[in-house]
Amino acid sequence: MKHTPLYENHVALGGKIVDFGGWALPVQYQGIIKEHRAVRSTAGLFDVSHMGEIFVEGDGALAFVQNLITNDITSIENSQVIYSPMCYPDGGVVDDLLVYKYSGTKFLLVVNASNTDKDFDWIVQNKSGDVQISNVSADYAQLALQGPKAQSILQKLTDYPLDTIKFFHFAPSVRIAGFGALISRTGYTGEDGFEIYMPAEFASDVWQAILRAGADDGLVPVGLGARDTLRFEVALPLYGNELSADISPLEARLGCFVKLNGEDFIGKQALQNQKQEGTQRKLIGFELIERGVARDHADIEIGGEKIGFVTSGSFSPSLKKSLGLALISAKHAEVGRQIDIVIRDKRIKARIVKLPFYSKRYNK
Amino acid sequence: MKTIDGLKYSKEHEWVRVEDDVAYIGITDYAQENLGDVVYVEFPGMGDTIVAGDVLSVVESVKAASDIYSPISGEVVQINEALNDDTEKINESPYDSWIAALKLTSPDELDTLMDEIEYQAFCDEEE
Repeated sequence: MKHTPLYENHVALGGKIVDFGGWALPVQYQGIIKEHRAVRSTAGLFDVSHMGEIFVEGDGALAFVQNLITNDITSIENSQVIYSPMCYPDGGVVDDLLVYKYSGTKFLLVVNASNTDKDFDWIVQNKSGDVQISNVSADYAQLALQGPKAQSILQKLTDYPLDTIKFFHFAPSVRIAGFGALISRTGYTGEDGFEIYMPAEFASDVWQAILRAGADDGLVPVGLGARDTLRFEVALPLYGNELSADISPLEARLGCFVKLNGEDFIGKQALQNQKQEGTQRKLIGFELIERGVARDHADIEIGGEKIGFVTSGSFSPSLKKSLGLALISAKHAEVGRQIDIVIRDKRIKARIVKLPFYSKRYNK
Repeated sequence: MKTIDGLKYSKEHEWVRVEDDVAYIGITDYAQENLGDVVYVEFPGMGDTIVAGDVLSVVESVKAASDIYSPISGEVVQINEALNDDTEKINESPYDSWIAALKLTSPDELDTLMDEIEYQAFCDEEE
């Protein structure tokens, strides 16, 4: 298994190490529910160094990146970040990613760990114009400091006025505890917070400095288990669950990140057709009426007829309910409708509810 | 890892407490620690006939579902439905959190289970 630069720190903190797509990472330290609640109420620190970082530079960078993604990067300023799906010509999703715009000639793409090699190959394969593409994933560590106290904790370690970094913006060079880092006000929890990128060799020092700075505020290290329940409650998609080569962003409720009236991009024609005809499937949220836990891939039925499947399901630590996300046939996708989730050959009653389950609390 | 004297233990990390001809079954401290925060317990039906090795219950944590295999044979005579509203009790005090009770049909099976000392040694090897 691959190790992030913080592997020894996780072991020292008692992290329960699991194999996450080939990476040895902690699923939890003190317990998923405790860590989840810490992020919602105070703050949590995550090692997300497994994420991939790909730089695209050159005179043709803007046009090239725009052609790769469904969102519109021609509208964003320098030091801004956007979220976007990246699609195949048929509208299926290669990956979903963050695009950091340094300037019109330099972009950083942050991609899912398990997709990094696939994405890099895809990007290189579609190369056009004057661009240099470099996969620097191994050189960079990434931390996420998330929760209502994230800013006040991080501010203790830097003179940089963090309140000037607005939602989905970044500062490319900030000194944190004396180490140079890129900081963005982004995250995957639905809370305010930052993602911090730095050369791998600084990671352990920065990690420990942040944990010390936040110790009195209730900051805890958080594993992958709570990372998943946190993103799930605010219905942020997870590639491989809500998104895949077989699921389009329009089906996955990501229409606002697909700019069909803007510049051309790979997959635009297919997505335009889908939009005109209406998608056959739609991502919905549900709440179990009966007891149980729905897990991904469980079938969903109405009156014994299969209408879809669960993409993610979990007990929600914030709402203390058993919830799920599912891709179902669009004609059944209305809030309030009762559905059956097939769990171990039993039909468990559930009800379609509005998304997200838990309201995001961003500092916009 | 906590264990308790007087209980019988299985290799699948269940404990058994015998009172007359009834056996109360739960999961051990080792099992709850590995499972993580328990959020749901699926019980067997009252009156179900269970053969040693059958799935007696399913215990689900935030991350995963785990089958609980019955270490002994018997008829389900009680289920601990109080756990429904208090699933974290399985994490907090696993040896007070029995899941189901079986009326023993093959008491000899108890001899195949481990006592506390044997179970501790077994867990040390698993580590």
